[in-house]
Amino acid sequence: MTIIETTPLQTAIEPFLPLGRSGLLPALHAAQNLYGWVSEPVAAEIARALKVPLADVHGVIEFYSLFYDAPTSKHVIRVCTDVACALKDADGILGRLCARHGLQPHQTPEDLSLTIEPSPCLGLCEHAPAVWEAGNDQSSGISEDGATHVSLNRRPPSLVYGSVRILTANCGNGTTPLEKYGEYAGLKKAKAMTPDEVIAEVKASGLVGRGGAAFPTGVKWEGAAKAEGTPKYVICNADESEPGTFKDRVLMLDDPHRVIEGMCIAAYAIGASQGYIYIRGEYPYIVPVLENALKEAREAGYLGNGFDIEIRVGAGAYICGEETALFESIEGKRGFPRIKPPFPTTHGVFGKPTVINNVETLCTVPLILAEGSAEYRKLGTEKSPGSKLFCVSGDVERTGVYEVPFGVTLRELMEMAGGVKAGRQLKAVLFGGAAGAFATSEHLDVKLTFEDLRAAGLPLGSGVVMVFDETRDMRRVLKSLGHFFAHESCGKCYPCQMGTQRQKEILDRIADGKVLAEDFARLQDVGWTMTDASLCGLGQTAASAVLSAMKLWPEMFVES
Amino acid sequence: MTVTFLMDGKEITVEDGQTLLEAARENGIEIPTICWHEATTANGLCRMCVVEVEGWRTLQPACVVQAGAGMKVKTRSEKVIRARKTILEMLASTMDLSDAPDILTMMDEYGAFASRFPDAERRVSEVKDDNPMYIRDYSKCLLCWRCVQVCADDAQYTYAINFEGRGYETQIGTFFDKPIPETTCVLCGQCVGVCPTGALKPKRQYLLEQGVSPEEISVLNTGRKKRKVKS
Repeated sequence: MTIIETTPLQTAIEPFLPLGRSGLLPALHAAQNLYGWVSEPVAAEIARALKVPLADVHGVIEFYSLFYDAPTSKHVIRVCTDVACALKDADGILGRLCARHGLQPHQTPEDLSLTIEPSPCLGLCEHAPAVWEAGNDQSSGISEDGATHVSLNRRPPSLVYGSVRILTANCGNGTTPLEKYGEYAGLKKAKAMTPDEVIAEVKASGLVGRGGAAFPTGVKWEGAAKAEGTPKYVICNADESEPGTFKDRVLMLDDPHRVIEGMCIAAYAIGASQGYIYIRGEYPYIVPVLENALKEAREAGYLGNGFDIEIRVGAGAYICGEETALFESIEGKRGFPRIKPPFPTTHGVFGKPTVINNVETLCTVPLILAEGSAEYRKLGTEKSPGSKLFCVSGDVERTGVYEVPFGVTLRELMEMAGGVKAGRQLKAVLFGGAAGAFATSEHLDVKLTFEDLRAAGLPLGSGVVMVFDETRDMRRVLKSLGHFFAHESCGKCYPCQMGTQRQKEILDRIADGKVLAEDFARLQDVGWTMTDASLCGLGQTAASAVLSAMKLWPEMFVES
Repeated sequence: MTVTFLMDGKEITVEDGQTLLEAARENGIEIPTICWHEATTANGLCRMCVVEVEGWRTLQPACVVQAGAGMKVKTRSEKVIRARKTILEMLASTMDLSDAPDILTMMDEYGAFASRFPDAERRVSEVKDDNPMYIRDYSKCLLCWRCVQVCADDAQYTYAINFEGRGYETQIGTFFDKPIPETTCVLCGQCVGVCPTGALKPKRQYLLEQGVSPEEISVLNTGRKKRKVKS
């Protein structure tokens, strides 16, 4: 057995010791940066240093896909094999990469030189197919596969379009430094008001959450402001992991100060002293950008005077985008969602009053304060004011982030993106995300507003518009979705833990043309049971796209 | 303070703060449970106790949701029955229920088919026989979490066991899969006491079931050790 020298480890994890258990994920990341994986003595040392039970440390390593308790290289190539990348031959890329290096997926040679893995959505759908190379920033010479490669020092380009450029005014030309962003004008206006007035202004704007649940932002803030208990927290949910979603990545990379300003305004409104940006582990190249922006904001006096922000990096778990699972993760635990109520506004991270908002939501806040809610409401519709970012990917001419006012139609959005690629006919649009629903050409004239989409039975979700042309086999797409949810279920509640697995097995059979009698009824019972009885939003929407496909194309799910 | 609400059309009055499950049981209404145990914190895992509450989007776990004034609760609606039946069928296609008579009875009651999901990948695991007090047969484990809870903050504060894997592949495990004697386990036996499916079983019971005679077990246990004779 290899003897592992733990002295560098002690130095690396020292900054996290005061955090106690909450320092567990940062400490595990630090350990993996040193060794590539977390061996038994390393885990034991971390457990001792942070005073966390050994079994709990192991339980946490086992929960997160990006933590390894078996020998793994520091140099890991992760090939995205999720929906948008699957359309662009991701499986072929993975296979050829493995063949070239003489490795099987997940296999690590004895010299620990390289590990190659398939990965769930990397949030690079507009650049599909995508590959994330961790631990190697030299040009690896393997880009001949036609994939977009990202790494710590290789950030993806931002492709930003749309009919308005308010939220994305600073996007598309690299990171906007504070000097160019200018003073925090929204925060300045906010501070000239009372916290109650700030909340009233946000309520008046009609802003609702952009992460998928569309909860009124002002109401959330009001709840946390009124809640008993200190300290209070503001969290930016940057765990953007919904397959097909990449807007928050672009906002954070290109305009980090807008995120920070939004958090400062929220903190002022509710009286928070501590903020967290919880960013998914698959976005390593954004972390230094945020760190630098935080440094600029501290130097300019926006942070550090009663409110400051810490970055927390996730480790490969879609479920941590669920707000209560995200709290558990910050607290150094497995990302199991909690039962609600109680709600985060009263019992959030560390059991304290917490406001947790999506990146795009927080980026909208400075605009509302700077310009006033009346000005903001001039865009969009009465019930869906303002603009919205859509993540357009798949078979369209121009993939990218599109900012449009609420109220444009799906057809108009598709036309902005140049229409279906190569003049082909539209087969379907996966709308809202993996947890969304399928739309067809019949839905092209639906207006993109909360009210119109609800009437059409389409969830806005996180703004995903993933396009499939007439040549696509939708059974393959469903198979891909089935694998995603089975991989990402946390395993806490029975309907989702077993339902995502049974759903995957049935969708595999359907894609392979081996449908069994009564699979239709089985799939429906599993789907409805997950939807009705699961504990959190993941399980409740894990069958959403599948059930919508069963309505649109019932013939696909029965024996031919 | 009391609250009054409707359950299956019957007007029920309970103390403020009581759960729907407690309210049902006090009033002779049967709601099935699997993961719930009086000695452990309710986590709403199994979702067998879900009920339909008017005005709520999803079904609610009766073990944690508190009765509220004016609530209208249905404990046996069509949605509720479908969820319970499907959960039972998925369990039967996942694990070995042979030592879980209560669940087999529930399956009969809900008309659940043990073979509803053909070709399903089952969770199979070798019996772990690594200590003198109990065996662990995770093929029979339905992840009710009770053992982890009593080992930790719900009773013993020993933290010998936690979880491995995630999702369908979740299993109860020790630090780097170490045998029990190499963990913080103090052989208190509380985990065995709360296991509902025979996944954790006293070693003696396990050996008897394997056909080992009481005499042989006694030799196994006392072995070559001689009794001290009082001088």
